[in-house]
Amino acid sequence: MKQTPKGARTRAAGKGTGAARRKTARPAAGGGAASGGAEAGARVRLSLTVNGEPREVLVEGYKTLLELLREDLGLTGTKHGCELGECGACAVLVEGEPVLSCLRLAVECEGARVTTVEGLAHGPDLSPLQRAFADKGAAQCGYCTPGILVTAQALLDRTPRPTREQIAAALSGNLCRCTGYLQIIEAVEAAAGTQAQGRGGAPDGRRDAPVQRRSEAGA
Amino acid sequence: MSGASPPSPPSRRAVVGRRVRKVDGFKLVTGRTAFTDDIALPGLLVGRILASPHAHARIRDIDTRRAKALPGVHAVLTWKDVPRVPHTTAGQAWPEPSPYDTYLLDSKVRFVGDRVAAVAAETRAVAEEALRLIEVDWEVLPPVLDMEHAMDPGTAVIHDEPDATGIRDAARNLAGDIHTHIGDVEAGFRESDLILEREYRTPRQQHAMLEPHIVICWLDADNRLVIRTSTQIPFHVRRQVAMILRIPVSRIRVIKPRIGGGFGGKQEMVLEDLCAALTLASGRPVKLEYSRHEEFFMARTRHPQILRLRMGVKRDGTIVAHHMRVLAATGAYGSHCTTVQGNTGSKVLPLYRAPHLRFDCDVVYLTTPQAGAFRGYGCPQGYFAQESLVDEIAHELGMDPIAFRLKNAIRQGDVDELSAQLGEGKKGLPRTIRSCGLPECLEKGAAAIGWKEQRNGGVRRPGRLLRGVGVATTMQGSGIAGVDFAGAFLKANEDGSFNLQVGATDLGTGSDTVLAQIAAETLGVSLDKILIYSSDTDFTPFDVGAYASSTTIISGGAVKKAAEKVRDDMCCFAAQLLDAPPEDLVCRDNRVFAPGGKSVSMAEVAVHALYKEKTQVMEGASHFNTDSPPPFCATFAEVEVDTETGRVRPVHLVTAVDLGVAINPMQAEGQAEGAVAQGLGYALAEELVLDGRGRPANANFCDYKIFTAKDMPKLTTILVETEEPLGPFGAKSIAEVGINGVAPAVANAAFDATGLRFRRLPIRPDAVLAALGGRR
Repeated sequence: MKQTPKGARTRAAGKGTGAARRKTARPAAGGGAASGGAEAGARVRLSLTVNGEPREVLVEGYKTLLELLREDLGLTGTKHGCELGECGACAVLVEGEPVLSCLRLAVECEGARVTTVEGLAHGPDLSPLQRAFADKGAAQCGYCTPGILVTAQALLDRTPRPTREQIAAALSGNLCRCTGYLQIIEAVEAAAGTQAQGRGGAPDGRRDAPVQRRSEAGA
Repeated sequence: MSGASPPSPPSRRAVVGRRVRKVDGFKLVTGRTAFTDDIALPGLLVGRILASPHAHARIRDIDTRRAKALPGVHAVLTWKDVPRVPHTTAGQAWPEPSPYDTYLLDSKVRFVGDRVAAVAAETRAVAEEALRLIEVDWEVLPPVLDMEHAMDPGTAVIHDEPDATGIRDAARNLAGDIHTHIGDVEAGFRESDLILEREYRTPRQQHAMLEPHIVICWLDADNRLVIRTSTQIPFHVRRQVAMILRIPVSRIRVIKPRIGGGFGGKQEMVLEDLCAALTLASGRPVKLEYSRHEEFFMARTRHPQILRLRMGVKRDGTIVAHHMRVLAATGAYGSHCTTVQGNTGSKVLPLYRAPHLRFDCDVVYLTTPQAGAFRGYGCPQGYFAQESLVDEIAHELGMDPIAFRLKNAIRQGDVDELSAQLGEGKKGLPRTIRSCGLPECLEKGAAAIGWKEQRNGGVRRPGRLLRGVGVATTMQGSGIAGVDFAGAFLKANEDGSFNLQVGATDLGTGSDTVLAQIAAETLGVSLDKILIYSSDTDFTPFDVGAYASSTTIISGGAVKKAAEKVRDDMCCFAAQLLDAPPEDLVCRDNRVFAPGGKSVSMAEVAVHALYKEKTQVMEGASHFNTDSPPPFCATFAEVEVDTETGRVRPVHLVTAVDLGVAINPMQAEGQAEGAVAQGLGYALAEELVLDGRGRPANANFCDYKIFTAKDMPKLTTILVETEEPLGPFGAKSIAEVGINGVAPAVANAAFDATGLRFRRLPIRPDAVLAALGGRR
């Protein structure tokens, strides 16, 4: 039923098939091994901006943006769920557009502006989207959350008041196995200020029970 | 051993019953270090497994010399290098009711993907190159892929090793069997006015949690083995690894960090033993994880089943007799084999109070991926069959399906004797229904789906798109009666906060939040005063783990007891400050109040206890139940069947669920909605397909479809609250029950739309088209 895994360069739903994408398998697994098992490939000097900070790194040519972020830059917020471009857990923003970082070579990001989940908050202050995700139950296990947050942020940047259908379409390349997506969609709506009032079936007398806001530091 | 104190009136509760933010919400939305793989260790090696290319083969010889000689390789293990200790990987309380038929590494492989050897090397590329250099001399054996012929005479014997124990009949590939009854079904059928017998088939479903299995092991400064693992069962893992590697439990520490989903797939020791062995062999930290491809067939699946049901009813709709026969495949190894299938009987048949019940079940080995625990634990299979059959019977009798269910359903005060016969691999305990909101679930769910207006009655109308509605009623349990137990530990800090340490294992369900809410409510403090930590075998008390819908009721029961003790201790110290008898004091709003209204803050009491009285307020408690109160659920589906494409599109799913009292209604709704999404996959899309040689054909997310945000129908979740006497603050459970009714409600809705019965999951377009074609 998964119809629209995000393309490496576009967020548009319904473009391209996962099967085609899978053939662009990540070079790291096969390439390095086939050439003798050693750390094949020279290191490349790379300049890019990550979460607003200019970074200069020496990176192996076969490394993906995902590996660069997690292994070289210590930004482990971005997750790996399949490393085949199928699940969306590794989504980050490159120049404001959602990109599957497991399919993008790091060296392709020379000069690029990259935003990860770590770049959404300002210090301890959560972004409206993050606050809505925390308050609305949109993160259950939380493993898909970083990819969904940046994808939803890109949607809101372009479409500040999206419809429910637009939200679902934008997030259709991000798999979640926990929530059934409704609380995720509601959180995006809440962050955008477009949430419809009430939801079916809260327990009687509890529908308006106060959301107890805890300090952002998580105490 | 149930919670003793009567529940406080819901209106006066400050924390329980509130839609509070998850206590771990901040770290999850900021990407802070949380999950197993989010740490960097100096000298970390990468482990890889050589997976069997054959479904069934013996390793005549295995040569690892070239692999070992490869620069960067630090350990290569085969069956020759490790202890041979029969065990089960099932994460169950000791003694486990699953057969001991598994080995760390063996000279025989039993499915495509089975372990042949393992390597630890400096990089993944080197490790994979080393795997290619391992030479195996295979004696290929005939695969056994068809569960209906696994026991035929002359079939290859999958477990021919002499040292396995607990297998029912290894020579016939019979892992386990169950035969039990109440009354006399044959006599019951003779009394019946209508008897229907039908066969149903259910697929091999994959958990597909977003975080694949992953473990990191290292030796700490004291040379103890540390296992950082994404598991639902840290304490079982510690015990199992100790046994398999023959090292004392005291030399092992299991850390459970944040878990990226489990659904039962991590109620199992899947990689920990092998990763630990690689660390012991190399002396280095090792990371071992499954790729997404491997996760699909080298981890665990739901048990596929063939169910044959025979039900006899009176003309007025009274069920007289029900005989359920199940043939299930456990795959290559028997973890959870009789307990999952036991549930298919014990948590399904008693939903209807027939005087004559019979359950017969065979669980066979196949040379296929290993089945295990999976949300619902045998119930989704059983309920698909049972709820499809009762729908058909109601139709035959001309009765409304809801009325038929209400007439026969178990109700408050009933005692389910079948549960006494089908315990956790042994005799169990009878189940008394102390709370039951099923009639209300059916009433409210019917209203939400528009039952009267939307029903078609199984008459196919003209037009391409046909709509219909269907219903299913289900139940589950809340912990395993007399088996599951948990500990909790609480201590007071001088600012009025409390450390809550639990072995319970939040796998994304929100149990850390629920347990903290229970502690806060009991202590009369706000939620931010509870600092919960779960779980680390060195620092948290024992808990069987997160499974069987047990955490809220069992771990929550332990938390409530520990919090009550701490509250009493705090009152004793507050009494000194307030000059009032401790039994007259009340804790609320982070303060302790005397009858006249005079009060002190929890922080003042804690400071007094610590620095004046030189006493650390700290208490622990354990909890178990001798009964397993079932949550009840009515699932309604509206579907649209496209007669041109054969696609069954879910339009609206309603889950009305009696979960006892909802400790956190927002999280409870999230559990119910997630269960619907997984259930829709089970109903309409998900099946791990094997080819004629036992190789997986769709081990990736492109070919194995799970529902995306765009695929989801409208969801309505209705929490029907009842007061369960055995649960903390009246709670039962919510995590599993919601998945059980989705597939049958969808199938019944498809019947309502088309007049056709679909008895095989998933209901694929080709099957729908074939059925429709037959009617054209």
